[in-house]
Formats: sequence, structure tokens, C-alpha cells
Amino acid sequence: MPRSDGYTSFVNSGVGKKVASALGLPQPVPLRRYAPGRPLVDGPVLVGGHADTPAVSALRDGLTAAGATLVDAVPDGPRLGGVVVDLTAAETPADLESLRATLAPALKRLGRCARVVVVGRDPERAGSVAQRAARRALEGITRSVGKELRAGATANLVLVADGHEASALGTVLFLLSARSAYVDGQVVRVGEREVHAAPVDAERPLAGKVAVVTGAARGIGADIARTLHRDGATVVCVDVPAAGASLAAVANEVGGTALQLDVTALDAGTRILEHATTRHGGLDVVVHNAGITRDKLLANTDAERWDSVLRVNLLSILQMNEALLAKSGLRDGGRVVLVSSIAGIAGNRGQSNYAASKAGVIGLVDGYAADRGLVRRGITVNAVAPGFIETEMTARIPLATREVGRRLNSLAQGGLPVDVAEAIAFYAADAQGAVSGNVIRVCGQSLLGA
Amino acid sequence: MPTTRRAAVLGGNRIPFARQFGPYAEASNQDMLTAALEGLVARHGLAGERVGEVVAGAVIKHSRDFNLTREAVLGSSLAADTPAYDIQQACGTGLEATILVANKIALGQAESAIAGGVDSASDAPIVVPERLRRKLLRLNRAKTPAERAKAAAALRPTDLGIQVPAATEPRTGMSMGEHMAITAARWGVTREAQDELALASHQKLAAAYERGFFDDLLTPYLGQTRDQNLRPDTTLEKLGSLRTAFGTGPDATMTAGNSTPLSDGASTVLLGSEEWAAAHGLKPLAFFVDGETAAVDYLGGEEGLLMAPAYAVPRMLARQGLSLQDFDLYEIHEAFAATVLSTMAAWEDEEFCRERLGLDAPLGGIDRAKLNVTGSSLAAGHPFAATGGRIVATLAKLLHEKGSGARGLISICAAGGQGVVAILEAA
Ligand SMILES: NC(=O)c1ccc[n+]([C@@H]2O[C@H](COP(=O)([O-])OP(=O)(O)OC[C@H]3O[C@@H](n4cnc5c(N)ncnc54)[C@H](O)[C@@H]3O)[C@@H](O)[C@H]2O)c1
Repeated sequence: MPRSDGYTSFVNSGVGKKVASALGLPQPVPLRRYAPGRPLVDGPVLVGGHADTPAVSALRDGLTAAGATLVDAVPDGPRLGGVVVDLTAAETPADLESLRATLAPALKRLGRCARVVVVGRDPERAGSVAQRAARRALEGITRSVGKELRAGATANLVLVADGHEASALGTVLFLLSARSAYVDGQVVRVGEREVHAAPVDAERPLAGKVAVVTGAARGIGADIARTLHRDGATVVCVDVPAAGASLAAVANEVGGTALQLDVTALDAGTRILEHATTRHGGLDVVVHNAGITRDKLLANTDAERWDSVLRVNLLSILQMNEALLAKSGLRDGGRVVLVSSIAGIAGNRGQSNYAASKAGVIGLVDGYAADRGLVRRGITVNAVAPGFIETEMTARIPLATREVGRRLNSLAQGGLPVDVAEAIAFYAADAQGAVSGNVIRVCGQSLLGA
Repeated sequence: MPTTRRAAVLGGNRIPFARQFGPYAEASNQDMLTAALEGLVARHGLAGERVGEVVAGAVIKHSRDFNLTREAVLGSSLAADTPAYDIQQACGTGLEATILVANKIALGQAESAIAGGVDSASDAPIVVPERLRRKLLRLNRAKTPAERAKAAAALRPTDLGIQVPAATEPRTGMSMGEHMAITAARWGVTREAQDELALASHQKLAAAYERGFFDDLLTPYLGQTRDQNLRPDTTLEKLGSLRTAFGTGPDATMTAGNSTPLSDGASTVLLGSEEWAAAHGLKPLAFFVDGETAAVDYLGGEEGLLMAPAYAVPRMLARQGLSLQDFDLYEIHEAFAATVLSTMAAWEDEEFCRERLGLDAPLGGIDRAKLNVTGSSLAAGHPFAATGGRIVATLAKLLHEKGSGARGLISICAAGGQGVVAILEAA
């Protein structure tokens, strides 16, 4: 897997940088990515916002404990590693000035791959029209800032529930950290569930968890398995029997088990569950990652092409979840993570079957997240929607199209499979008990479907 | 005396078998055995684990592979402190390895073990003629320039030439097929009966693949996902149209279609004590009950080269107090269709059972519906040492499907007039 594409290396060379800036070409930088032991952010984190900033107050200790050096004003010395702006107390659009006042001077002092995290509240829960407008405005601001930022910096918005600000700690930490390298311009909603204290071992937030990853033999799935394993989980790697050789290699690399099965098999769910239960004593995390494309214009799509994509990408998930989400399935506090796509949000020419399946996946998230039984059992259901990710799949796209796909985002580069995996590992942790029903795009703020 | 306990077969893994000079032409025995081990490790979550021991072997072996199995272990994801050794008993290697490790587990000398086997008919060692080899060794020993010149001068152009090893019996110079043809004639095994058995083998193996039976017994290798030799669409007509390959005149009934092809492949089986299995979240598929080996004097023409299992089975049955009919499944290795048919004919023959086996009554027939129910070597191919592991894992899973107590018999013939047989019982 290319750590960075040729163009990115070029514009980061001395002459390349000059050429690119003279021609106004995109200037991607190598993104800061997570490795155990790395500091949360490279530089102090400015905190500020409107009025009494209740969210910052609730998060302050947690951020400090995670290694962040919090400052209340832009320092003269080192560049900022991040900014957390708390607008949860905003009552009217006039209050947005607090955001501008905090952010404007800070943006000039951001370091490489710095982070802007805006904290607000859900517009749908606003008490007045003015408040709703103010809350909604945050989305527009965050997205614009994301586009304004350079050098690998990102901007994201977290919506927190009144009185449950502390439950957003895990989300804010994720968005500040290098784990969210390719997450940009996103809105993450944190609900009202109280979450337990931070895990004992912050570097292994999934210790003791049993996870299953479908489509784990290669590409994004293989990196999901690696990332969940790195974070402490025992991983069951699932892929079709024909992919068994690379599946075995991944399973052995992560010290997990390989289960060769087609996710469209009627008994796929029961077999996964039975495997996880007998081998590992239970199941905590399910990542439905297996997916296929069979691209053709809808006008030329026959029933077979249509059906195969919908069966693998959507129907199999419904079918497997009957067993996986049953009482005897996922343990309490379990996690379900689905893999959608920006094609499911924006649509894509020649991908109506794929887009149908991936939009359907978002429907699954909405449906499951609202399921009272699952909520009672503490099971969260979320999705990631990858944009252009450098995999074998995208390496086969013709060069010109690939180059466009790669650059049409705020970070001017494709993401890596691990970027998708990091978002999935984020959802999977106990600390995210209040994060359900979200679809985070891992797309570097792609212009598609924006 | 140590007390004994039950050794369980916990699972298996093999790579698809390929035909000689097929997709594995460039793969070494070590490559294939390592691949088979890696799939086994992945399926059973053994990465980084120390397994009691790994025992495997190959029939055709390079001299550099003196530590083949240990080298394969070192190249695998098993813990590096997993001991290993090679054994070799011709086509009985894989089953003999299973018997060995099962006995160690039963005696408490090991908690877990992997038995296996591998063979490549493609990546075979090339042997120079004996005369040349001796001259070269002499040249190598020469110390002075004069000695060296003398040794070199002894080399003759006519010494050159290479010999590729074949499945030939060293003491008779006859191929295994030629030996089998004699036995087939002795038992009056017809061409039709052999072709029917071969057809059934292909059809049953194909059906097993179709129902996903091999999904947890096999890991693809070098792009091969099924046994290359498998012909799901073969017919009696096609088999009947093949030229005979062994035997002469009316006795020539054996063809390439009802004989196993030279093959490449590897297989492994995981065994363990019940405690070890439970600690690893593994469910025993079957227990190893008993094993027996036999050999016959084929040189004097007293008995056919591949008839030793006919002797081994009754000895084992007597010890277990079982009759030949007390089994739910039979796995009789199809070295040739005629091997299976001759063996079964012998067991039904009163005179053979009385004179050769010393029994009062014939062992009797086998319900053909219980024989090689997912096909055998005629369809799958037969990389010599890998066949035992293929059969043990297949039978263990089949017995598990049948349910607790189901009993299965394995019979494998081997070069040198030998036979290895065993009994498994569903856990
Ligand atoms: N690569 C991208 O840019 C991108 C973008 C958006 C979404 N995605 C989604 O991410 C997921 C992974 O994509 P990838 O790029 O790694 O693709 P990939 O083709 O490299 O890997 C997909 C894996 O799923 C397996 N799979 C397919 N059908 C299966 C079945 N029926 N049962 C079990 N396994 C099956 C494949 O064998 C393969 O190993 C897919 O859901 C894809 O739609 C990818």
C-alpha cells in the first residue's frame, strides 16, 4: 500500500513545493497518523467558546489526562496542535461571534495536521428558532473552515447533549488525535447515554473484546483487523473461501482466527456467532465490511448484476444481523459498524446498484440505532462512509480518473485503509457508548456529496 | 505405566491438490507444507502458540530438506519453540504421523500436535547416475592437483544424464501400476467396475465442494481453490474411452482415469487432548481409536504390492472386537480404483480370509454407500505423503456430521508392500 502517492512526495520536495504553489496546484502533505505512544496532538490545544463553555468545562480534565496541554489564548511560542471551540451555550446567531473571535487568530497559528473541533448542540433539540439557526450555522462554519485549512489540518463538529457533555470525551479525543487523519468536515452526534470511565489502558481500548470483520482478506478489511487487534481486540477474520490464503495471512498476523465463509450464505450469521462463542467466548464488535462493485449504467444493468451487489452489500447484513443481534448474539454494550460509501450519499454514475446498497446501509444504521431493544442492551450501530481510499480496488481505476478522485477533497489526497479502520476502532471502544446512529465520512472532506 | 486418555482430532487444513507440473510446479515441499500449516494455524487461532510437536514428511525429498518439517514450522506463524520432526512411510506417511502423535497425546507426552505430509512430483530432486555420482565424490575428495586431474579424467561424456525418480519399486523395477495390474487380474477386477469407482469419486468430491464441505478443511494456494484433478463432468463414456496404461492383453484394465495422477500438495491435521481443546475453544471432531500397520511379501509374488491393508484391518478389528460392518464410514485410499476393489474382494473371499488371514469366516462386504463418501484420491489427486492428512481430517469432519459415536475406518496402502490403517470415532 502506498504510504503516500507520487504527487504528494513531489510537492513535498523543495522544487515541487515551488512549482505547485506557483501554479496553484493542490499541496497535499503527508498526514500525521497514529502509532501507539505518539502524543495526542503536536502542540498546545487552545480552548474557548461562548459564555461559560459548559462542554470545555466538562472535558477539560479528560483532555489533560489524555496528554493535551490546554491554553486559553493563542500562545506566542509553539504552533497550536488543535483548537476546541465550545458553542454549546449559543442562544442566537449573534453568539457565533464568539466562535469567530476564538478561531480567527488561532487559524494563523496552527501547526501541521492541526485539529479544529467545534462543539455544539443538536439543532433538532433547539428551544427556539434563533437557537436552531445558531446551532445549524455551526455545520456551515466547520465545513468552510475545513476547506480553508491547509497542511493536513482538519475541522469537525461534535454535537453533544445537554448535561451529557462528558460523554463526548472519546469523540473529541478521536477528532484531535492522529487517528482521524482523513476525517474532515464531519458532524458527530453524541447521545445522552452516560459512558463509563476511560479504559484502564488507553493504548488498548478494545482489550478483552472479540470482534468479527467481514471481507478481512485484503484492502480496508485487512487494516480494520490489524487496527482492532492493535487496540487490543481478538479478531475473527471472515472472507470467502476463495480468498482463504490471504485471509489466513491476515488472521495469523493479528493472532486471530480465519473463518472462510460467504456472507450471503443463509447461515452466515449463526456460523460467525457460533465460531466467536466457542472459540472466544462471545462477540462484542461486528464490522460488516465485505463489499463488491459491479459497475454499469443503470440502463445496462441486468438483474444478476443488480442482485449480486445488493445481496453482498446490503441483504447479507440484514440476514446476518438476525443472528448477531438476537438476545443470544452480541453481548451487552456491543458494537455494530457498517461500511457505507460516499457513493451511497452522493450517488455515482454507473454505480446505481452499489449506491443503492450503500445508501441502504445508512438506512440500516438509522433503523438499528433507533431500535429500543438494542439501545437497552447498550448496543450502538454506526457507519463509516469512505471516500477515495488507496486500495487494490481504486488502484484499478484509470490514472486520470484516479488522480481526480484523489485530489477532489480538502486534503488533496486519497485516504489509506487504516484511516477507515481508525474510525471503526473509534466506534468500537467502550468510551463511545453514547455514539450511535452516526455516519462518519472518511473522505478528507470530499467535494462529492458534500 | 502411564495411563492413557483420548486423543482428539480437532481439525485439519490442506491446500488444494494439483497435478504434476501444474500450478505448484515451482513450489517446494517446504513452501507447500508451510502454506498448509499457515491455514491450519489461522483456522484454529494458533499464531504464536507452542504446539506439542509437528510431525510430517515427504516421500520424494531433497537432501537439503533433512529438517523439512522443522523448517516449515520456523517459516510458519507457530511459536518458534514448537518442535518438529520428519517421518516417512511412503503413502502411509500422513496417517502414520497421525498415529504417532495421537499415541503421544494418549500417553500424556503431548497436549497438542500437528500431523501432516507433503509431496511434490514437480519439484523433484534430480539424481545423476550412480556412476557419475561416485566419480564426482572422488573428484571432491581429491587433495593434490595430480589426484584432481586423475579424478577429472575419469569423467566420461557417457556418464552424463539425469534420472527423474518415478514411482518404481526398487526391488522389482516395476512401477506401482504394473504391480497393481497383477493384483487386479488376480481378483478379476473389471475395467467397468474401476471406471464406475472413479466416476463416483469425481462426482462425490464435486458434490462435497458444492455443499461447502471443504470450506473449513482447505485453504487456497497459488490461486488454486479446488483440487485440479477434479472433473465434475466426467462420464463413464469418457473414462471408458481412455487407453489402458498398465497390464497387458485382456488383463489391461487400468487407465489414467482409474489410477491416481502424480500430484503436488500438502495436508495437516490438528490433534489434542480434550483439556487442551477446551482451553483453546476447540471442539473435538473425532477421537483416534486405534491404528495398525502391516507389510506383505510381494517380492516372491505371494501377495500383491498394495494388499497390506487387507491384513492390517482384520488385525485391528480383532483387537477392537469389531466386525468390518461395524462402521458408519470407510475411507479406502484410491491409489488405483483396482486397489479398493481388490481389497474389498479379498475381504469377501472365504479362501483368502481363511488361508491368508487365518479367519473362520470372511470379513464380508462393505456397504458401498458408506465408502469414500466425499470422493478420494482418484478425484482429489494423491501427493503421496499428503493423502493421510487429507483423509483423517475429512473423515473426522464427516463423523462429526454423523453425530457422536459414529465410527470410521481408514485404509491406506503404501510402497514397499505396506499398509497403514486406523479407526476414528465421532466425538
Ligand atoms: N476502496 C474504496 O475507496 C472504498 C470506498 C468506499 C467504500 N468502500 C467499501 O469498503 C469496503 C471494503 O472495500 P475494499 O476497497 O477494501 O475492497 P476489496 O475488494 O479490496 O475487499 C473486499 C473484501 O470483501 C470480500 N468479499 C466480497 N464478497 C464477499 C462475500 N460475499 N463474503 C465474504 N467476503 C466477501 C472480498 O473477498 C474482499 O476480500 C467495501 O464495503 C467497499 O464497498 C471502499
